[in-house]
Amino acid sequence: MADANNVPASAGGKRIDEATGTSTVGHEWDGIEELDTPMPRWWLWTFYLTIVFAIGYMVVYPAVPLLDRATAGLWGWTSRGELARETKAANDGRAGLLRQIAATPIEQLPGKPELMQAAVAGGRAAFRVNCVQCHGAGAAGVAGLYPNLADDDWLWGGNLVEIERTITHGIRQPGDDQTRTSLMPSFGRDGMLTAAQIDDVVSHVRTLSGKEQPSAASARGAQTFADNCAACHGPAGQGGRPFGAPNLADQIWLYGGSRETIAASIHSAHAGVMPAWGQRLDPVTIKMLAAYVHSLGGGEEFDAAGPR
Amino acid sequence: MVSVLSRAGIWLAVLVLAVMAVALAADTGFAVHMTIVALAAFVGLCVSISTVDYAAVARGIIRTPADPGIYDDDPIRWGVIATVFWGMAGFLAGLFIALQLAFPALNLNLEWTTFGRLRPLHTSAVIFAFGGNALIATSFYVVQRTCRARLAFPGLARFVFWGYQLFIVLAATGYLLGITQSKEYAEPEWYVDWWLTIVWLAYLAVFVGTVVKRSEPHIYVANWFYLGFIITVAMLHVVNNLDMPVSLFGSKSYPLWAGVQGALVQWWYGHNAVGFFLTAGFLAMMYYFVPKQAERPIYSYRLSIIHFWALIFLYIWAGPHHLHYTALPDWAQTLGMVFSIMLWMPSWGGMINGLMTLNGAWDKIRTDPIIRMMVMALAFYGMSTFEGPMMSIKSVNSLSHYTDWTIGHVHSGALGWNGMITFAAIYYLVPRLWNRQRLYSLRWVNWHFWLATVGIVFYAAAMWVAGITQGLMWREYGPDGYLVNSFVESVVAVHPMFVLRAFGGLLYLAGGAIMAANVWLTILGKLRDEAPMRDAAFDPEKDRPLAPVPAE
Repeated sequence: MADANNVPASAGGKRIDEATGTSTVGHEWDGIEELDTPMPRWWLWTFYLTIVFAIGYMVVYPAVPLLDRATAGLWGWTSRGELARETKAANDGRAGLLRQIAATPIEQLPGKPELMQAAVAGGRAAFRVNCVQCHGAGAAGVAGLYPNLADDDWLWGGNLVEIERTITHGIRQPGDDQTRTSLMPSFGRDGMLTAAQIDDVVSHVRTLSGKEQPSAASARGAQTFADNCAACHGPAGQGGRPFGAPNLADQIWLYGGSRETIAASIHSAHAGVMPAWGQRLDPVTIKMLAAYVHSLGGGEEFDAAGPR
Repeated sequence: MVSVLSRAGIWLAVLVLAVMAVALAADTGFAVHMTIVALAAFVGLCVSISTVDYAAVARGIIRTPADPGIYDDDPIRWGVIATVFWGMAGFLAGLFIALQLAFPALNLNLEWTTFGRLRPLHTSAVIFAFGGNALIATSFYVVQRTCRARLAFPGLARFVFWGYQLFIVLAATGYLLGITQSKEYAEPEWYVDWWLTIVWLAYLAVFVGTVVKRSEPHIYVANWFYLGFIITVAMLHVVNNLDMPVSLFGSKSYPLWAGVQGALVQWWYGHNAVGFFLTAGFLAMMYYFVPKQAERPIYSYRLSIIHFWALIFLYIWAGPHHLHYTALPDWAQTLGMVFSIMLWMPSWGGMINGLMTLNGAWDKIRTDPIIRMMVMALAFYGMSTFEGPMMSIKSVNSLSHYTDWTIGHVHSGALGWNGMITFAAIYYLVPRLWNRQRLYSLRWVNWHFWLATVGIVFYAAAMWVAGITQGLMWREYGPDGYLVNSFVESVVAVHPMFVLRAFGGLLYLAGGAIMAANVWLTILGKLRDEAPMRDAAFDPEKDRPLAPVPAE
């Protein structure tokens, strides 16, 4: 395989490699020789340059550990200091607006477009950090789990004050006295209704939103509904906000509107939970969150508030 | 006879202990692992007391040539087969978890197949099973030839091979069962760590023993790198895995290091696993197989000395760059960064010495697909050892950290450098280890080269775009001073890149499959009937003027 130029040096013999004109070092291992080429200058000088840079960097930045601290560096830079400076700059930039938002009762925010705009922007950012995990990046919720906040259907109320209260105190949050709470009975699981009765109620509920035509079953179910459900959901199934009881006469179904899913909800009731954000976020952030959620499309005016 | 009895006695003792451990096990995972150990001991016991010559049977299975050669090559033949096998397993796992990231339904809703458990299966399979077997096999091959000595302690060398495979099986099954100490690249629990320590010290003994009994006056540069790799990995492994088992019959343990000290030790380990396992060890392979395949002398002896010692000295300090902008003290972050920057040229020394060794043989890139693989490996080595120091600069790191840029960086090194140089070494070794005239097909090597190269380009380019997109989206502030994007929006934005990455992985896996077939057919002794890879055709008939000119 080896051609004439590549005959390995005999033991310990240096030779000139013909292809490169460079001398070999004189060793040979399993046919491998080594040339005595000097280190490339650009390589060596770049290496030196990186060392010089490293030393310079260590002089100006914290670098050398001592017994109880490290050298601080000529520039006195610390990562905590930089964070504090940048945070302060960002906070200072927003401080004026935040103060004004804090001082403005939430009912009056819509009357001050500049403040409302700032509140919606701040709320959007806070929403992306705290709320998207359940309600989704577009606030469209998750079917069967978390409500859509971008529509005009509200379980507990959709004006600014009600939204702010829901965010502050959460829903069924243990340990918060003012949390939104209610408990729909599990009619099937707890033996309050028979399977046949539930079936009839399902027929009735589906006629409310036009999903089914009235039938004998729905007529039977109407009576059961009036006896068991109307107290919270209203005689016409239009919902009851004091109890977070959803409107059953519209096309919006958090837990599904098919026969099976409605029957399942009556058999074993749902009781969704949301944290009380008042325990984690400051009042201004919550006010901004309420403004953002209100701005998503379905926010209600104050005269529309209250149970329907 | 005494030796047979004592060997059988050891196996029996291990078997009894393992069965006892199964009976007393505190958790299911430990019981499963001890069952695997018991099975291994039972096989060992049967082999040692049976009169059948299992060594001969094994040589039949892997078709050892009639004349096995003057060097002790059997563990190397096994090692080459294991390298190809684990490589395919690791690439397949990688493709699957890449698809899981793009299509989460592939987690299959089973705890054993979630991304969290399959990801360490992939990393350990490619780094420790594929890469580790390649390093052990090539080091045994190279150290014998460059020392002109047979392996010291041949029995121990076989123990190293089989013991290492047991380590791999215990680690891999442990990940699927959920046994992990949650340290990246050091996931196996305490008893698997102890076992690997024993195997690794045996490896050190075989390697050093062979170097000591060499009949060459000098130690070749490849052996410096192998020795640096073996010693340092032993140290890293032991220090990072100092922990206290909750029970001697349970899989759980707690580390000695806690908090930020634990993080620093982990990344001192993790970074030097890259530095000494994936860099020094594979540079050792490069230093033997490149000059052999190119049939040229090493470019510069002086460069090899300086860059070896600079690399060894500087690499060990660079780990803190994995912990920029964390609770790690500022001074440690500074040192991690500046040592990484100083590491740039020492790393490139290996690339220069490899590439410039082709001086006088550059034409082989055109005609020899194995040389082509080596050159591509060195090019990716150079690229990722530039990218690494660059990403260690704190202002760059503030953009790149926690993004897929890091994943792209690791894979341009792993697929491009470690993968390609290993493939080239395997293609060099197989015909020689099995006394074949040549590989089954050189053209298939060429196919493998292009599939792998295009696969890496898809992978790395997709991850650069994904990583920089993530970095920019996460830090984007609007004019009102608030973050613009939520995390999930950045996930949606990079989804197409995740799909492209999986496509790149598919190409790389396809290249690996071609290699596996090529290696297998070569071992079987088949030759593909194909036109040789060669230069443009030369037609002497046409090598003359159009009109005949009479000579004066």
